[in-house]
Amino acid sequence: MEAFTVHTGRAVPLRRSNVDTDQIIPAHWLKKVTRDGYEDGLFEAWRKDPSFVLNQEEYRGATVLVAGPDFGTGSSREHAAWALQNYGFKAVISSRFADIFRGNSLKNGLLTVVLDQDVVERLQALAEADPAAEVTVDLERRQVRATVAGAEQLTADFDLDENARWRLLNGLDDISLTLQNESDIAAYEATRPSFKPRTIAA
Amino acid sequence: MGRTLAEKVWDDHVVRRADGEPDLLFIDLHLLHEVTSPQAFDGLRLSDRKVRRLDLTIATEDHNTPTLDIDKPIADPVSRAQLETLRKNCAEFGVRLHPLGDVEQGVVHVVGPQLGLTQPGTTVVCGDSHTSTHGAFGALAFGIGTSQVEHVLATQTLPMARPRTMAVTVEGELPDDVTAKDLILAVIAKIGTGGGQGYIIEYRGSAVEKLSMEARMTICNMSIEAGARAGMIAPDETTFAYLKGRAHAPEGEEWDRAVEYWRTLRTDDDAVFDAEVFIDAADLAPFVTWGTNPGQGAPLSERVPDPASYDDASQRHAAEKALEYMGLTAGQALRDIRVDTVFVGSCTNGRIEDLRSAAAVLEGRKVADGVRMLVVPGSVRVALQAVEEGLDKVFTGSGAEWRHAGCSMCLGMNPDQLAPGERSASTSNRNFEGRQGKGGRTHLVSPQVAAATAVLGHLASPADLSDADRTPAGAR
Repeated sequence: MEAFTVHTGRAVPLRRSNVDTDQIIPAHWLKKVTRDGYEDGLFEAWRKDPSFVLNQEEYRGATVLVAGPDFGTGSSREHAAWALQNYGFKAVISSRFADIFRGNSLKNGLLTVVLDQDVVERLQALAEADPAAEVTVDLERRQVRATVAGAEQLTADFDLDENARWRLLNGLDDISLTLQNESDIAAYEATRPSFKPRTIAA
Repeated sequence: MGRTLAEKVWDDHVVRRADGEPDLLFIDLHLLHEVTSPQAFDGLRLSDRKVRRLDLTIATEDHNTPTLDIDKPIADPVSRAQLETLRKNCAEFGVRLHPLGDVEQGVVHVVGPQLGLTQPGTTVVCGDSHTSTHGAFGALAFGIGTSQVEHVLATQTLPMARPRTMAVTVEGELPDDVTAKDLILAVIAKIGTGGGQGYIIEYRGSAVEKLSMEARMTICNMSIEAGARAGMIAPDETTFAYLKGRAHAPEGEEWDRAVEYWRTLRTDDDAVFDAEVFIDAADLAPFVTWGTNPGQGAPLSERVPDPASYDDASQRHAAEKALEYMGLTAGQALRDIRVDTVFVGSCTNGRIEDLRSAAAVLEGRKVADGVRMLVVPGSVRVALQAVEEGLDKVFTGSGAEWRHAGCSMCLGMNPDQLAPGERSASTSNRNFEGRQGKGGRTHLVSPQVAAATAVLGHLASPADLSDADRTPAGAR
């Protein structure tokens, strides 16, 4: 996983609540067997509408998505996180994320930042008023800062548990970390009751 | 202090607990399907790892599989390639697979329970959000992403932060024609699609205890639609009776030891939930969705709500968008909504009891002109049972299409899709925009409502049908 420390980029305001992972990447894209090449499927249905925010020239190249509440609900498809990354997003800001989407994103180094809904709306308003506004997502300081023409307009702190932050800052691979405790797994396995189900004879 | 059911199962699976780290949980059963596993197997190959516990891993094919002409090569080359990838991966790593055409093939969440692999007090994961289904057995079961699929394949564990617990207590008797599906749709409408975020829900109370295993699965299945990764129901005699004699259920002394343990899996009287919701079963009615998320639902007897009636700006905006997408008008009676397609199936309502309920309504009646009805059994075993009971003949005799097992129109990854603008009454779990096909409009319903809707051509419950429209049994 790529490490995430501090990222600065322009922001896209997505004023919709309950954006489910079927909207982020429709099911027909899930037939692919790779982790890349999903950028054209991102918000596919909405992108057919010329007025959709991602189709606006001034938001081209923006890297921070500022979304409505309950972002990423529904299906567990990790393709949703991949599609956002493939398109170029580095961070998503919302007041509430669905649990599975949030976990998938963090495992891929796509930082999901939870801020109060009023702060999210102020960020959306800033990005709407000036699409050139820059948003900095600073994982080291757990802080989001927005600047317009070099002047700081908004600063907000966010929470992220220390373990997740440490893994992101260092770009650590979860499986390698777990396998450092292989002896704990083996010890647990030795104590499992024999009545537990098996799919095949061991 | 006492512990909840969820806490007991969690505690029994902690491999490692350390300050400042998520708990490392052991996974008893890992279910795989073709859509969310290819990149995980690639990851194993890249790091030269193998599957740690082949004896706790099983795969089937469901999302992409066609429901017609299953003896012919799959027409869509991309779907075919994905299924072939699963077959190749399972062969290379040694994973047990039930492919299309196998008697144990079916929707992964139907297959696990019917094989007896889903057992009380186990941890079950799958790269699919409806893994919550298995919680009906008192298992801790949740959907995971592909990175976690790789993690479980390699280590048989997952690092997880412990969720909070929520009790949804339903007391009393469910009225006639009110099913588990109506109950869970009402719960989601009450707490919202984000209401369960960060929680494991335990469904309890006298109305839940009276439900069959299949009805319990319907409820736990849709926990994710309320935002909860997992839903659970304490195991009881109904659970044990369902499991006894199944292919992978324990036998003899092992059975006795298992049941002894399973009986301990109940929330202690002095345990405290982090949140509680109470529902009176008698207040429930057949429930349908009108919008584009599963929380946008109402009793069938009501009208499409006016977005202006919502105080919350974001809910108001969501309702406006939903009505626009769904082509509905505020104030329109839900019963007046006409449909083009009726879908009975999915991991929510594709089991034998669901098919029996739909068939009982359809028997001697005809699907309305201009309405297409698809009946897709959740597994090959369910299909065989239905054929043995003659249900397939009831469906085809009514003008419905009887198909092969799979996920089918629940998510339209195979050819079973809605055309743009088409409207369905569907026993599946998600009414998201485009879920059943680009531009398709979905109303979530119970199998009974689906069948009555098929007969009348508009959203309806069995109570809306008269016996006069049934052809007498002798004249069929």
